[in-house]
Amino acid sequence: MVEAAEVVIDVEGLVKTFDGRRVVNNLSMQVRKGQIYGFLGPNGSGKTTTIRMLCGLLVPDAGRGTCLGHDILTEARQIRRRVGYMTQKFSLYQDLTIRENLEFVGRLYRLDHPRDRASAAIERLGLNGRDGQLAGQLSGGWKQRLALGACILPEPDLLLLDEPTAGVDPQARRDFWTEIHALAAEGLTVLVSTHYMDEAERCHEIAYIAYGELLVKGTVDEVVAGAGLTTLTVTGPGVVGLPRDLKGLPGVDMVAPFGLNLHVCGRDRAALEAAVAPFRGRADLTWSEGAATLEDVFIDLMSRSRDNFK
Amino acid sequence: MSAFSRFADSLGRIWAMMIKETIQLTRDRVTLATMISIPVMQLILFGFAINTTPHHMPVGVLMQEESDVGRSILAGLQNTDFYDFKLVTRSEAEFDAAMRAGDILFGVEIPAGFERALRRGERPALLVAADATDPVATGTALGALDNVVKLALVRDRFTGAETATAPAFEIRQHRRYNPAGSSQLNIVPGLLGTILTMTLLIFTALSVTREIERGTMENLLAMPIRPTEIMLGKIAPYVVAGFFQAALILIAGLVVFRVPVVGSFGLLTFLTTLFIVTNLSIGYTFSTLARNQLQAVQMAMMFFLPSILLSGFMFPFSGMPYWAQWVGEILPLTHYVRIVRAIMLKGADLTDLAREGLALTALMLAAMTVAVKRFRVTLD
Repeated sequence: MVEAAEVVIDVEGLVKTFDGRRVVNNLSMQVRKGQIYGFLGPNGSGKTTTIRMLCGLLVPDAGRGTCLGHDILTEARQIRRRVGYMTQKFSLYQDLTIRENLEFVGRLYRLDHPRDRASAAIERLGLNGRDGQLAGQLSGGWKQRLALGACILPEPDLLLLDEPTAGVDPQARRDFWTEIHALAAEGLTVLVSTHYMDEAERCHEIAYIAYGELLVKGTVDEVVAGAGLTTLTVTGPGVVGLPRDLKGLPGVDMVAPFGLNLHVCGRDRAALEAAVAPFRGRADLTWSEGAATLEDVFIDLMSRSRDNFK
Repeated sequence: MSAFSRFADSLGRIWAMMIKETIQLTRDRVTLATMISIPVMQLILFGFAINTTPHHMPVGVLMQEESDVGRSILAGLQNTDFYDFKLVTRSEAEFDAAMRAGDILFGVEIPAGFERALRRGERPALLVAADATDPVATGTALGALDNVVKLALVRDRFTGAETATAPAFEIRQHRRYNPAGSSQLNIVPGLLGTILTMTLLIFTALSVTREIERGTMENLLAMPIRPTEIMLGKIAPYVVAGFFQAALILIAGLVVFRVPVVGSFGLLTFLTTLFIVTNLSIGYTFSTLARNQLQAVQMAMMFFLPSILLSGFMFPFSGMPYWAQWVGEILPLTHYVRIVRAIMLKGADLTDLAREGLALTALMLAAMTVAVKRFRVTLD
């Protein structure tokens, strides 16, 4: 149990229904101060809805909790003052310049000297000399950088980032994550949703959500270990036709190509071994013991939960 | 936090919003172009007058003597449906005030000694004063008055039937405020209100839906700003824009159409500002009701059409059926058309126009209340 004072997000049993469809179902989570908390899950799994409930943009149908010590149901205004929320879609003003957008945010949060603050943010983001450019004319990577800059301008205590790196090139993504880690080191708490496994592995803790339900949470290692997956790696010229032969066999839960390799996963080791035994002897295949990756775990979780919700 | 610093905080956020809106407005070339082109186009196009026959015109009678003849004329006027008696008085000041305020459009003055002079065959004068700021409305009623009075006097045997063709009295007409009956004097002040309604309504009608459609609303809502602050910050820059338009139309009116401004410029400015804010508030309300920009424009148009037809700008207000007059009363343009005609042509002062000013204020507050209540602070 974590110490109460350190918990920044503490919610229990959140439910949100849109047109009779449960988008978030009985979701509970805790995020400690200074943590980078990864929020993973397929499209439409309820990540955005959860984030919106945390910052008061949506009112949960059921459940309760606090964000930065304020009740998410009744104190949305106090929460908004101290939260930086970066929307999935770029939501600053495209017809304002970089500087005008930052100054607008500064003024809205009633910061002293919004001009100086905007200048400092432009410096920090490496946008020097581009501050007169319209936000709408920026490339995806720069837009994302600007949006992050606007989020952290009022010095929030919590960042809620909704798929911040979607559609951004690898260099920009790496820079972005360096920045996130620097901010967390300063004591900022970050909740970030993503589809990328490499990003998930950069988080201190992760939670996997599918069909509105939080399925697993913990550190990356805990989540991989907790899945109890046995993974076999197959290489060799015969790999090409193998997935067709293996899929659907009892004990084989997942077959996925990784470059020239094939990952064959199963939850039940004995059943998996029995299923692949006939293929062990083939000369064009080399079998070895592999380690389950986070992606293996998530794809397995997703297929299992899909079965549950059918 | 003290009440003062909370207020300063709030003003600061409104200020932030105003700066943002102003920058966006100046970047939007099309909107800027319409702001100038619509007033100019409309002023040129509306060169024609519209005619109709009014009835139930508000009439006042100034009785400077109590006489049978006076009562007879009164009864004669009451028998037609042209006139509605709003006032029968002996005080000339009261009579003048009622006309200046627009309570009566039309007044009959029975001078002292009228009956005696009539009986002596001295052809006394019956004075008729008409508010000719709306020449279409008063012209017809003036024409009808002649006959009504003659018939009344004949019926009640003050004069013989034979004298009905060569009457024993004369009617002296006095077209107040617009002696030439020029319809431009009527159209141009009304046009000021119409153009402001049309353009301002659409400016703010787009403001909230635009933020929703562009996805910026989510970000705005996630920040600590209140609905009232968003509204005031969005309306304020357009007050200046509306002011600029009003000046443009007024200058064109003065220079091209030679419409005078008899009353106070200060009062005109004050009440025009009130009218501008009222329209912007209503536009903003549409913006919070509509789901997208197209709907917002449609709502603005649905409001604009009755404004033109029922405000007394295009057709005389007194000529409309009562239900239409009731609808007209809840349209800001109705009140503004009265205000602007009264100030520009009649020299009315604030006491004359207090009622219209209050009506505008009430409409503005009603619109703002609906807008703030309707504004969704969440994305639900």
